[in-house]
Amino acid sequence: MYPEELRYSKEHEWIRVEDGEGVVGITWFAQDQLGDVVYVELPEVGRKVAKDEAFGVVESVKSVSDVYAPVGGEIVAVNEKLVDHPELVNQDPYGEGWFIRLRIGDPAELRDLLDAAGYQELIGQA
Amino acid sequence: MNHRPTDTPRKTPLWSWHVNHGARTVEFGGWSMPVQYAGVIEEHRAVRSAAGLFDVSHMGEFRLSGPDALRLVNRVITNDAGRLKPGKVLYAPVCWPDGGIVDDCLVYRLGEDRFMMVVNAANTRKDFEWVAEHARHFDVELEDVSLETGLVACQGPLAPAIVQRITATDLSTLGTYWCREGVEVAGKTCLVSRTGYTGEDGFEIYCRWGDTEAIWTALLDAGAGDGLVPAGLGARDTLRLEARLLLYGNDIDDRTTPLEAGLEWTVKFDKPDFIGKAALQRQQAEGVRRRLAGFVMADRGIPRHGYPIARDGVEVGTVTSGTYSPTLERNIGLGYVPPDLAVPDREFDVLIRGRPARARTVKTPFYRPSRG
Repeated sequence: MYPEELRYSKEHEWIRVEDGEGVVGITWFAQDQLGDVVYVELPEVGRKVAKDEAFGVVESVKSVSDVYAPVGGEIVAVNEKLVDHPELVNQDPYGEGWFIRLRIGDPAELRDLLDAAGYQELIGQA
Repeated sequence: MNHRPTDTPRKTPLWSWHVNHGARTVEFGGWSMPVQYAGVIEEHRAVRSAAGLFDVSHMGEFRLSGPDALRLVNRVITNDAGRLKPGKVLYAPVCWPDGGIVDDCLVYRLGEDRFMMVVNAANTRKDFEWVAEHARHFDVELEDVSLETGLVACQGPLAPAIVQRITATDLSTLGTYWCREGVEVAGKTCLVSRTGYTGEDGFEIYCRWGDTEAIWTALLDAGAGDGLVPAGLGARDTLRLEARLLLYGNDIDDRTTPLEAGLEWTVKFDKPDFIGKAALQRQQAEGVRRRLAGFVMADRGIPRHGYPIARDGVEVGTVTSGTYSPTLERNIGLGYVPPDLAVPDREFDVLIRGRPARARTVKTPFYRPSRG
């Protein structure tokens, strides 16, 4: 449920680093806590976000939550599929349920993130 | 996301069952309640297509009896309990003298001089104190039986058939908003009413606290083959909103009146004097300044309690309830707006995180079951 190759934020986002870019989504734990995701609000491509800045919103039937950038950077792509299929966040949080792709500003910020073991400790599922 | 409240929430007699069966719990009205088991949408759809079982033992129940029981009930509610035959149930607001709503409740006329009021969990203490204050002037015995009364709601098109399997009493003759005492359900003596908060057919079963789990599990066994599933407060909320059943604290409260909320059918000016009558008569004569309207989002976005409503860039109202509707597969809401907007096919904007999203008013309820 918590792939080793990802890095995790304390706000329950994950990032997969590929060639200086990072794909960002929310963790299995986050989608499980939310329950049925019924709405996702995505940012504009080209927007620059700082580390820990809210870039989007995810809503379940009962709740509204901000989604934060685990590291700063420029948004180069968003997952338009989530507009019509927000349930992908539940079904495949690390795959088809991704939110944004970022060009990472300062790779040093990745060091503040948790590895899979650290994240599982955070959520008490170690 | 989950914070611990300072006061320990109360637990219903089914709390351990819920936790042992994968429920996620949430604090609601001072109680730890199941918000979902398998998932809100799945439970919602089960209730619309088959049946769902709700633990609503958190609700408050008062019993009133004595020669003045009817007079007291009719003094505190705006609807007319005098029109009820024994065995009939009535929905009614309770108002403050200024017309604001203390709570909304169900009134059961159990006998000529015997009533039960069923109130919202969060308001139980406030309501009891309010009714007790007025009871002093009447020859009536008033008792809060909330903590000895379990309550299970079986709701959905298949609910009547399922409940019928575990009782010898013929429930087909029990009409909507009628109740019967002394019904043996799963061998336990219950009060059964054909009522609910989902917009579907079904029953609410009041029992002794300690009998609740036996009834609950017997129903789940009886209905398993029909798709009966336990359903939590999450589905209860989406179901009630589709049916335009109001939620105290969201759609109505101390600062809203029944006339603003579209509950004028529950205000009977022609019965003997009741609390709030003068204020409500004045409001009716002057005309309300806002009304509760149902709307569907035309633009993307889910309306939520507290979001502003704007017309031509000017804030004119507030969303009181909103959700994704699993049945309509649209985003729906209720909100207070100026009366000229509170008719079908008007447009306004809901400000979602500050951004306007277009909404269109519709006739409510949003969902009505197909009968037959």
